Amino acid sequence: MTRKNAAHASRRRRSRAEMWWGYAFIAPTGLGLAIFYLWPVAQTAYFSFTEWGAFGGHTWVGLENYARLFGDPEVGQAVLNTITYTVLGLVGIPLAIVFAALLNRQGLGGVSLYRTAFFLPVVTMPVAVAMLWRWLYNGDYGLVNQVLAVVGIDGPNWIADPATALYALVVVGIWSSVGYNLIIFLAGMQAIPKELYEAASMDGAGRVRQFFSITLPMLSPTAFFISIVSVIGSLQLFDLVFVMTGSGQAARANPAYSRLQTVVQLFYDRAFVTNDRGYAAAIVIGLLLLIAALTAAQFRLQRRWVHYV
Amino acid sequence: MWKSARSGAALLCAALLASACGGGEQTGADPQGKVTLSYGVWDATQQAVMQELAAEFGKSHPNVTVNVQLTPWVDYWTKMKAAVTGGAAPDVFWMNGPNFQLYASNGVIKPIEGQVETSVYPKALVDLYTFEGKLYGLPKDMDTVGVWYNKTLFDAAKVKYPADDWTWADFKETAARLTDAKKGVYAVGAQLTSFQEYQYNTIYQAGGHVISPDGKQSGYADPKTIEGLKFWTDLIAAKQSPDLKTMTDTAPLQLFEAGKLAMYWGGSWNVAEFGKNDYTKDKVDVAPLPKGEKQATIIHGVANVMSAKTEHPAEAQEFVKFLGSRQAADILGKKGPIPAYDGTQQDWVKAHPEWKLQTFLDAVAYAVPYPVSKNTAAWQEAELTHLTKAWTGEVPVEQAAAGLAAGMNDLLAKE
Repeated sequence: MTRKNAAHASRRRRSRAEMWWGYAFIAPTGLGLAIFYLWPVAQTAYFSFTEWGAFGGHTWVGLENYARLFGDPEVGQAVLNTITYTVLGLVGIPLAIVFAALLNRQGLGGVSLYRTAFFLPVVTMPVAVAMLWRWLYNGDYGLVNQVLAVVGIDGPNWIADPATALYALVVVGIWSSVGYNLIIFLAGMQAIPKELYEAASMDGAGRVRQFFSITLPMLSPTAFFISIVSVIGSLQLFDLVFVMTGSGQAARANPAYSRLQTVVQLFYDRAFVTNDRGYAAAIVIGLLLLIAALTAAQFRLQRRWVHYV
Repeated sequence: MWKSARSGAALLCAALLASACGGGEQTGADPQGKVTLSYGVWDATQQAVMQELAAEFGKSHPNVTVNVQLTPWVDYWTKMKAAVTGGAAPDVFWMNGPNFQLYASNGVIKPIEGQVETSVYPKALVDLYTFEGKLYGLPKDMDTVGVWYNKTLFDAAKVKYPADDWTWADFKETAARLTDAKKGVYAVGAQLTSFQEYQYNTIYQAGGHVISPDGKQSGYADPKTIEGLKFWTDLIAAKQSPDLKTMTDTAPLQLFEAGKLAMYWGGSWNVAEFGKNDYTKDKVDVAPLPKGEKQATIIHGVANVMSAKTEHPAEAQEFVKFLGSRQAADILGKKGPIPAYDGTQQDWVKAHPEWKLQTFLDAVAYAVPYPVSKNTAAWQEAELTHLTKAWTGEVPVEQAAAGLAAGMNDLLAKE
């Protein structure tokens, strides 16, 4: 064996030893991830091919649940509702950028006050947020309609009317998430080098031009992150609807329920109300695939609009 | 590394399992023959009286301690299902009609052995808790439905209070005269979500049925059943009831308690609610349900059942029998709902002399049991999904009922 080869072997040995140590260090988190996330996911995937008895015990039924999934109009409607909610919810991103830009102006007083005001809905429990909006949206006694009545508009029963329910929900969704997005955008803006603006203003670019030519492109990686996170969050929407429509019977009697039911809510109903757990597993596996597909699509599309420095 | 990671994971799993199972294993006999029974209940307002009953049982059975476990109603059935699946169900627990056959048909509760005197309970309740000829639960309490009405609104509209023998025609005439659009007062709220107080009653009053006696066929295709549903949709169409959107935003109970509804179809259990509400306290009274082709009210009641896996079947059965005894009913009637044991209900009536509570007891004579099958929850969801469209007026009642009958028959075929 030559000297060179020996040195090479020892380096390899050392790097392998380091690798084991690396695994050892990530083991606590890795094990948690494996036991509490990956294993349940694998189990759910398995259960989606089975049919369950009311008190446990399951039989293999092959692709039956999936065949039913594609023929179930309720699933179609729930997917449509969820995607509509998600797409409309993206309006919150430009809104957050505008608010962040306004807060980022030089010499603006009371920034922390505004920041707190915008961030308050984020730290409030979704259940409390939903309860509050449920009262605001009440057709006869809600504040929204009382304000509208002042200007002579007879407002609808916002969350009980199929024509308005989903949009009313989107407004709440945006209202409760704009604060979080705004804080991230504000941080992104403050990380943009000042020199860029100085150079631009020397070249004679006005504030608006600077916003569109410097701020926006420099923020695009942040916007990309926000859009990934909010799409995933929106697709998993549950608590807001669950509280606003009530649960179980009260929810089903809401004339707008078919326009409000999300995929996760349908999953909940099948798993815990009608005891159809195999089918419920198929629904969430379907949702998992949908989220994966939409996220992959976003990663592909980012090449067209995200600028990394 | 992977191998050791796997064995580590297995260890951790084992530890978790051990601790999870450890919690459920509190019942057991110690060497002196002492036995602890767990007793699952869902109503916090009855927790004290349940503990009193447990203590009373302890006097005659000194070797048995009963541990009352309260799980709030909203989580009760979800948790019970998980507990039964995991083999950790309470030894004795409360059962209701819609869930009973699911538990009995899966063999997770135990039939009561030996001879039991059942003539002391309303027959409808004994039937409700009988599955394939075997009695599984002894009725603990009972409830029937009546028309709660707001005397102030009746007086304001100069309408006579409902008579004990009033009919559908009388009800409709009264409803028309009580409605006052200008004041925002409706006669009644045609509630969609509570079939026990609304649709089931009118369906049986019209001579229809919800489910065939053998539990295999839906009754929603029966024209008389449809008539029972129309009773309510007609009221909405005539604007004598708020529309479904309004009732979704503000529940009929809240509207009644705000003086916006003159009548409210409610159960004997509403006594507690109306007795403590400042508005209703001295403005309401109760009348029997109006008579259609027949006189009918839905009767329901909670029963005590025992787990099939209890380690102390003898003691558990003793306890269930005690809870169904006259002695227990006497204690319950003073503080809780109407006891099911015949002849012990007068204390309950006397608690509110200002109301005609005897109405609820008289109704037992013509009461119809709560309609159930093996998987009641499945078709109860279908009832709402289909009938919502009839309640909004989107589709005619006949069409919604036909869709419901078909959907319900599919579900019943799968049971």
